[in-house]
This record gives sequence, C-alpha cells and structure tokens, in this order.
Amino acid sequence: MTSASIIAFTVGMAALSLGLSLPFGLALAWLLARRRWPGKTVVETLVTLPLVLPPVATGMILLRLAGRRGALGSLFHRLFGSDIVFTWRAVVLAMTVMAFPFLVRHARVAFEEVNPRLEQVARSLGANEARVFFTITLPLAARGVVGGGILAFARAVGEFGATILVAGNIPGKTATISLAIYSDLQLGRDAEAARLVGVAAVIAFLAVWVGESFLSRRRARP
Amino acid sequence: MTVALSRVRLALPAFTLEVDGELARGWTGLVGPSGAGKTSLLELIAGFRRPDAGSIAIHGVPVFDSEERVDVSARSRGVGYVTQDDTLFPHLPVRGNLAYGHHASKGSPADFDRIVSLLSLAPLLGRPVTALSGGEKRRVALARALLSRPRLLLLDEPLTGLDPASRDQVIASLRSIRATVPTPTIYVAHNPGEVLALCDEAIELEGGRMIRRGVPRAIFEGDRDPRLPG
Repeated sequence: MTSASIIAFTVGMAALSLGLSLPFGLALAWLLARRRWPGKTVVETLVTLPLVLPPVATGMILLRLAGRRGALGSLFHRLFGSDIVFTWRAVVLAMTVMAFPFLVRHARVAFEEVNPRLEQVARSLGANEARVFFTITLPLAARGVVGGGILAFARAVGEFGATILVAGNIPGKTATISLAIYSDLQLGRDAEAARLVGVAAVIAFLAVWVGESFLSRRRARP
Repeated sequence: MTVALSRVRLALPAFTLEVDGELARGWTGLVGPSGAGKTSLLELIAGFRRPDAGSIAIHGVPVFDSEERVDVSARSRGVGYVTQDDTLFPHLPVRGNLAYGHHASKGSPADFDRIVSLLSLAPLLGRPVTALSGGEKRRVALARALLSRPRLLLLDEPLTGLDPASRDQVIASLRSIRATVPTPTIYVAHNPGEVLALCDEAIELEGGRMIRRGVPRAIFEGDRDPRLPG
C-alpha cells in the first residue's frame, strides 16, 4: 500500500468520523450548555472519559462492545450483516469516540458564550426552537464549533491506541498513518516511517493552527 | 384589559415580586427606583421567566396560570420586547434583523416599508448592526419588535444610555409609533419626564409591589424633567 493511499484513507476516515459526530456532538453540546436534565453530569463525564483514559483502555472497551458478541457488534451484525471490528468501520468508531470530546467541549463552550437574551428575543419574534438554533445560536457559535471540529478531526487523524485494538493493523484495509508508522518502524523501514511522520506533522500543524485561530479570534471579539 | 396579572409572585434575591392588577390601557408607564422589579415584571409577561405562582392573561387569553398549569411559550405570546441591553442579532445586517420577526408573523412587504419609513430606517437597511450608533440601534430594535406584529409591546428603558441627540431621535420615533401604531404598550421609564411625555397611565413599583397608579400628571406633579417637552 502506498503512502498516498494510506494518507487518503486516514483523512477520509477522519472526515467520515467528524461527519458522523457533528449532529450528535452539536445536539449534546447544546443540551449540556442550555438545558438542565437528570444524569447530565454522568453523560458529561462519560463523554470526557476518552480524553483521560489510556487510549488502549478505551480500545479494549470498544473491542468488547463492538465485537460480534458485544452489544453494539451483535446489533450491527443483525441489522447490516457485517462486522465492525477489524474493518474500516472500527477505524471510524475508534476515531469518533476519541475525537468526540474535543468537538463536544468546544461546541459547548461556544454555545454557552452566546447571549441567551438573543435567543429569548428571537423566540419572542416568533421563531421556533429549530429556527432559533440554526439562525441565532449556531451562527454566533460558529467559530468555536468550527475550531472544535478541526481539532477533533486532527485528533482522529492521529488516533493510534484505540484503533490498533479494534481495527487491527491490516495493510490496505485498516492501516492508518499512525498504524503504518508503527509497522514501518517495526520492519526497519525508517525512511517510509519518517515520510509518514512528516505528513502527520503537517496535517496536525495545519489543523491545530487553523482550529486555534478560529477559537482565538472568537475570544478576541468584543 | 390588555394584561391581567393575578397574584403573580416571583422570588428575587432582594425581595419578592408580588403584583396584582391590570395593565396597559394605551401606553402604561412603569416607574420606580432601580431594582424595584420593573424588568422582572416585563420578563414574566414576555415569557422569558416563569412566575413562582399566579396567573397572567393577555387580551383575555391566559398565557400563564400556575394552578391550571398553563405556560404559553414566549414564541406564542405575541409580545414584542425591546430590552434594555442591545439585543440586535450581531451577525445579521439591519435588514436581516428587521426581517426576522416580520417573516415569522407573515407580514406584508407594505407593512415592512411602512415601519421602515415610520422610523426612518431606509438608509440603514444594508448596514451591519455593529456599525450603528446607540440611537440607531434602539430604533432598529423598536422596528424589529413592531414588525413581528405584537399584540402587546414592552419597552424597557429605551432612552437609557443615549446621548442627548440620539435621545431626541428615539423620542421622536416613540411619538410616531404612539401616533400610528395602535399596539398597547408597557413602558419602563428611567425618569418621570418620559412617562409624562408618552404615557396615558403611570404605575409606580417599589420593592416588587405596585404602590401607586394614576394619570402621569397627578403622580409626578412638580416632578417634571425639563429635558423633555410635554
């Protein structure tokens, strides 16, 4: 498998994982920012957990859940007739779980910074909740949401620990940039490894730079 | 009666707001020292806040009743609220702000043009709201509320924080609204002069209770603000 196809695969899976996370992540961030509900603290903790848990531990939990005998894996097999673990789906799953906290935390802060008065006024002008969200809350929180999304994407691109457990490291099937760097080093292909490290560094640099600039310009606004 | 409040209670940090009575025959001025509960009362009527107990009806329709478990959302109360702070949507130009409520109320283009010319906003339509002066912002906020075709208008100190020139502009706008738009209005005033100039009735609130009400002139005799022509 060429470096180019590994890079394309990794970026594609990270983009897919971000696309899947966005609706749920934004809905959850909004619920955390704007509503009080029972179990909120528990959900908040669960979402943040992958940030602090060793990625390998998260990977093992996911392996149990998404394996064919696990709750998620067996349901998925019944519904779609295919497996999650050791396929590209497991790559997306690991990336999503590991990157989700970045999206939710940044989006939550961004939603909290939107003056609730503006939302109340929009309602009094006759807007329903969906219109308030899409025309007031989301546009005003856009910088934080985009910044959080880009950082989540960068985290997904770099994911290693959870991915190697649930997706394995199958060349041409589940090998991402991080996994390919690892196997290249194992096999003594230092030049290939170095090239991928360079690519990963460029992607990470660009993502963090762009993401942070979105987040800091938001903070700088009066 | 426009707004009927029956044993409305709301516990606030410093005191408990307890209001009972009817409001808004034409323009009602609400006065009282700062922290008397004037803004909180408007928030209860607009549906931004929920009273601890009591009932509120607008034009005879209950919008809140703690016993009957009625709580109509702010969206469906038909109340236009111009708040004290700047609540124009900063990401929309003047036109977008004005269209926001107009669109939801299915108002006609003729209505739009009428309100825009009433408040002399035509030259501002394309501008970002962040580029407006204080007085212009208030006028846009007034027009935006009117364009949602409210059954009741709540104005919270629309003159506060303005320089004298902007103040005069906004007073002229308020006078035009009063002369041409029949919507009953509750006006929280910063000083008695505003109530004398604009309102049919005045209600004084102190420590969360209505302590006096009557014709403005009777309430503020000898208490007129020389800056406002009667």
